[in-house]
Amino acid sequence: MKSVKNRRWIWLGLAAALLVGGFISGFASSSPDGLERVAEDQGFAEQASERPLIASPLADYLFPGIHSERLATGLAGMLGTMVLFAVGWGAARLLRRRQSS
Amino acid sequence: MHIPDGFLSTPVWAAAGAVSAGTVGYSLHKLNNSLEDSQIPLMGVTGAFIFAAQMVNFPIAGGTSGHLAGAVLAALLLGPHGAILVMAAILVIQALLFGDGGITALGANILNMGVIGALTGYGFYRLFQRLFTGPRGGVTAAFLAAWIAVVLSSAAAALQIGLSGAVPLRLVLPAMVGVHALIGIGEGLITAAALGFLLRVRRDLVFPACRPLVSGSAI
Repeated sequence: MKSVKNRRWIWLGLAAALLVGGFISGFASSSPDGLERVAEDQGFAEQASERPLIASPLADYLFPGIHSERLATGLAGMLGTMVLFAVGWGAARLLRRRQSS
Repeated sequence: MHIPDGFLSTPVWAAAGAVSAGTVGYSLHKLNNSLEDSQIPLMGVTGAFIFAAQMVNFPIAGGTSGHLAGAVLAALLLGPHGAILVMAAILVIQALLFGDGGITALGANILNMGVIGALTGYGFYRLFQRLFTGPRGGVTAAFLAAWIAVVLSSAAAALQIGLSGAVPLRLVLPAMVGVHALIGIGEGLITAAALGFLLRVRRDLVFPACRPLVSGSAI
C-alpha cells in the first residue's frame, strides 16, 4: 500500500511531460509526417481543406503573438500538456464518482 | 497520421465517427465499473505525456518524419478502455485547440490512432506476453505490439482515404503501410523503453494484466 500512497510519481510524470512538450518539442523534425509525405507523393495533399472549419487558437502548435518559433511551440506544448493532464484526471474522477454513487 | 478535413468523403467520415462514438461510449461504460482510485491521476499523467510526446517528430528516411502515436503505451498503463478514452481526449484537444487533424475527420482519427491502436496493440501485447516471459519478454512484446498497432492504424487510415476516392486504394495502402513500417520502429522503441523503465521503478503503475510474470513465480 505504501507505493500507492506515494504520489510523487504524479508530479514527476507531469514534469517529464512538460519537459517533452515545452522544450524537447522545439527540436522536433519539421519534415512532413508519414501521411503528409504519402499525400504529397500521390498528389492528394491539395485536397485538404484550405480554410479550417474552426479557428484553432494554437494552430500549428504555436502560441500566438510570440516571435521566437521555439518559444511559441514550447508554450503551446506546455499549455496542451496541462490541458490533457487536467482533462484526463477530471474525466477519471467523474467516472469514479459515478461508480461509487 | 492525423487526417485533415477534405481527405474523407461524407459517408466515410460519418461512418468512422459513428463507430468511434460507439466504441468510446462502450469504453466509458466499462471503465465506469472497473476504474481504480490509483488510475485517476494516471489517466491525467498518461494523457499529458502522450500529448507532449506526439509533438516530437523524429526523422525517418527520405525527408519524412514520424512521431509517437501512443495508444499501446496508454493501454499498457490503463488497459484498452482507459487507453481509448485518453487517446480520444488527446485527439479532440488536438483538433479543437491545435488544428491538428480535421473536425470532420475526428472520428476517423479516433478510430485509427485510438480504437484500433489500443485494441490491436493490447491484444497483440497479451498474445506476445505468453510467448516471451519475464520483464525482458514484456519489453519485447511491447515493441512488437506497438509496431503492429501503428502499421494497422495506418492501413485503416489508407482504407478510409481510398474508400473516399481521394486516391486509389492500391496506391495509398502500400505507401501508408510502407512508411509506417519505419515510423513503427520508433513507436516500438519508445513504447518498449517506457515499459522497461516503469517495470524497474514503478511496476504497480503498469496495468495489472500487462505486468510480466516474475520468472519463477507461480501463475
